[in-house]
Amino acid sequence: MTDTISTSRRAFLKRSATASGFTLGLTLLPASRPSAMFADTSAGDSLTPSVFVSIHESGEVEITCHRSEMGQQIRTSIPQIIVEELGANWQFVKVVQATGHPKYGDQNTDGSRSIRRNFDRLREAGATAAYLLRAAAATGWQADIADCEVSDHQVVHTPSGKKVGFGKLVAVAATLPLPEADKLALKPRKDWQSIGKPIRSLDIQAMTSGKAVYGQDVILPDMCFAVIQRPPVVFSSAESVNVADIKAMPGVLDVITLPAPEAPAMFKPLGGVAIVAKNTWQAWQASKSLSVKWSEHANAVYNSTTYREQLLATANKPGEVVRHQGSFSQAEKQAHSVLKAQYYAPHLAQAPMEPPAATAVVTDDSAQVWTSVQTPQAARQVVAAALNLDPEKVTINVTLLGGGFGRKSKPDFVVEAALLAKAMKRPVKVVWRREDDLQHGYFHTVSAQALTATFNQQNQVTGWLHNSVFPSISSTFDPSANKPSDGELDLGLVDTPFAIENLQLERGEAIAHVRIGWMRSVANVYHAFAIQSFVDEIAHHTGKDQQALMLELIGPDRHIDFAQSNAKYGNYGDPLESYPVDTARLKNVINTVCEKANWAQRHKKGRYLGLAAHRSFLTYAAVIIEVEVDKSGSWSIPKAYVALDAGTVVNPEHVKAQCEGGIIYGISCAIGQITASNGQINESNFHNYLVARMPQTPVEVEVTIIDSVAPPGGVGEPPTPPAAPALANALFAATGVRLRELPIPLSVKRS
Amino acid sequence: MKVTINQKTFDYDGDPAMPLLWFIRDDLKMTGTKFSCGMALCGACTVHINGEPTRSCQLPMSAIQGKQVTTIEGLSKDASHPVQQAWREHNVPQCGYCQSGQMMQAAALLSKNADPSDEDIENYMSGNICRCGTYPRIRAAIKTAAGKV
Repeated sequence: MTDTISTSRRAFLKRSATASGFTLGLTLLPASRPSAMFADTSAGDSLTPSVFVSIHESGEVEITCHRSEMGQQIRTSIPQIIVEELGANWQFVKVVQATGHPKYGDQNTDGSRSIRRNFDRLREAGATAAYLLRAAAATGWQADIADCEVSDHQVVHTPSGKKVGFGKLVAVAATLPLPEADKLALKPRKDWQSIGKPIRSLDIQAMTSGKAVYGQDVILPDMCFAVIQRPPVVFSSAESVNVADIKAMPGVLDVITLPAPEAPAMFKPLGGVAIVAKNTWQAWQASKSLSVKWSEHANAVYNSTTYREQLLATANKPGEVVRHQGSFSQAEKQAHSVLKAQYYAPHLAQAPMEPPAATAVVTDDSAQVWTSVQTPQAARQVVAAALNLDPEKVTINVTLLGGGFGRKSKPDFVVEAALLAKAMKRPVKVVWRREDDLQHGYFHTVSAQALTATFNQQNQVTGWLHNSVFPSISSTFDPSANKPSDGELDLGLVDTPFAIENLQLERGEAIAHVRIGWMRSVANVYHAFAIQSFVDEIAHHTGKDQQALMLELIGPDRHIDFAQSNAKYGNYGDPLESYPVDTARLKNVINTVCEKANWAQRHKKGRYLGLAAHRSFLTYAAVIIEVEVDKSGSWSIPKAYVALDAGTVVNPEHVKAQCEGGIIYGISCAIGQITASNGQINESNFHNYLVARMPQTPVEVEVTIIDSVAPPGGVGEPPTPPAAPALANALFAATGVRLRELPIPLSVKRS
Repeated sequence: MKVTINQKTFDYDGDPAMPLLWFIRDDLKMTGTKFSCGMALCGACTVHINGEPTRSCQLPMSAIQGKQVTTIEGLSKDASHPVQQAWREHNVPQCGYCQSGQMMQAAALLSKNADPSDEDIENYMSGNICRCGTYPRIRAAIKTAAGKV
């Protein structure tokens, strides 16, 4: 059995050797006018499709995946798009993971945008390469390029049936000018053979053999291991440390106090005391004997119990209006009846199975890091700044991520490794323990929301007021940020899709006392929880069927015009013209999921179903969760249903997996909580931070992917937001208990 | 002391209290066995000790003397154990980080129970956390591998 580490090191070495070998190969080409397509040579801010594809004279096609792999199988779906247009044979395709570099364009693997933001440019990259190969063959055959087609790693002259392999064309193709954009004919959808097919993950063999290498798994020669005791309160610092005691402990190489940051937190390490030792265990053991006096800091006022009350009080006061139409106050005055409810959701931790880790080697004029990071370019920037190096001298090698969920988009841990490697003058791996991950993270924010609906005599909703209050992610970057940002409110509040005559959406002030950060689906999680729970409350208040009520509230088929209600809507950074808020698509996923789950017959069959639907990341998702509750109140989920309209889908098998996993992540969002006392996080590991285990998750998930020719939407996040309200609504159906505050207990007794 | 891992014998003269996980990962540099919680709460570090699934993050080196340790690297020579095959057939892994532990736990289940019910699977696997949410596929893959171990 070869050991996996030297295998991984060889892989890294081979990677760079291949790159240099290729550059060398280029200089040997005859009459070399190397088109960018064949060399990874573009620099600076320019982006050409060519950085994604290179073809070797051996015929090997190297496809660069510039996005991080964290379970969404992007290392398979990016190549799928290029293979389609290039006409490549998978047997000769090799995927290379990009380091962090601006030449690739945006590499932030977040916001469910790796496919939707790259679909066209990757197709063009593949088509450009195909055009040059076709042109080279046409030159050789003195044929019309229109008669030369790519297929199965060859160019075929269709009139004569002559064929030539890609490898033989490389030398000539490299001398040809890049085609004008209008010469690139992308393959029509009806001819797709790769896009839309359930191609198996290219990493599955490594993942099922124990050979896959994650950030925690990187091993370099002569490396040492560090664990860090970080300040219990954000921005407090170590005033005194029993350094001599710790240095005398077995295996300890050094004890290093890291600089304490000042606000804003940004991606700076939190400071604290690093213990560097010969192995992880020795560093960890020594940390248990640390005696540190931490400085006082104002963040120690943070207590979740009192903070919850403050947030709810703010949510129930008039807020700052961010979108309105009609007059809610008028609707309230004229109301036949009024329904009010408030919802609360605690902090959460992303808690990827792989806690953060980074391994660095730093010399006087360069740094190399191997790490599992969602944002390799940000990592490069912050490491360069921390070491006072030119970013071009910093290489961020991206390993597989053992889950990301937003935690690994903040590269604070990468800077820690770089600082310690510089101090130690040898490779250092920083290992975050689970306790570090849960107590010193960038937390999903805590939120309170108050909703009011007004009704006329016919029980129609005439008015809708929704105030959303939470400490903002912006506070991590701007200490003066004291209210939800526009960007966060665009995630499920401002885009409330209801055709209600009098609609008023608000925000209220809240101050952050811990680092707040993105977590899968971000603000959509708590906004969908409140709105979709409240819709179910309205259904019961009015005696209407929830499906029918949802369709009624959403109203006629239309593209929502936000200007009509005095609002601007960010739409995930994409234009409303290409990605409208399309109420017909939202209603379609609701109707689809209801049909699949046999919603209409649920009472007859004695089934307890909960329904929720939400558009996020330009994709429409509807979820039904079925619960069973035993006599003790313990609930389980025999089945869940998802209908997802994500527009054009590159790999339906991966999309299905994201639907299954997205719902389960959403169930975790419903049962977990992170709380603070005196500024310190109370939860420390999986015994007191609950995440969904097999018994809390659906035995079966039935996924329906809507067949669509619309441009691709997001996939990784949209299935998550409807899960918590679907679960809460199902538990209400089963028990009569309305769960307005998260976490939902694992046992809910009938009321 | 002598320790036997995947049928190879190694000498160990370090702290007998050190958990096996760190011997496997840091000393032997075999990283298929994963670190995730360090408290035997998540199952990512599961290995077999004389065939019994065990959390290596809480198992001191002193406890493995004279015993047979099997890691994911030793479950089969070429990732061909029925559980590994079923994991691929069902496309179980997403990020993959917990899957070594899941497969070790599942292989132990199937070595004792050739035809586990949904409840058997749930009971046996509930100590293994997957944050990507691959549980429905794990259930299905275990059923596919059942009877083949």
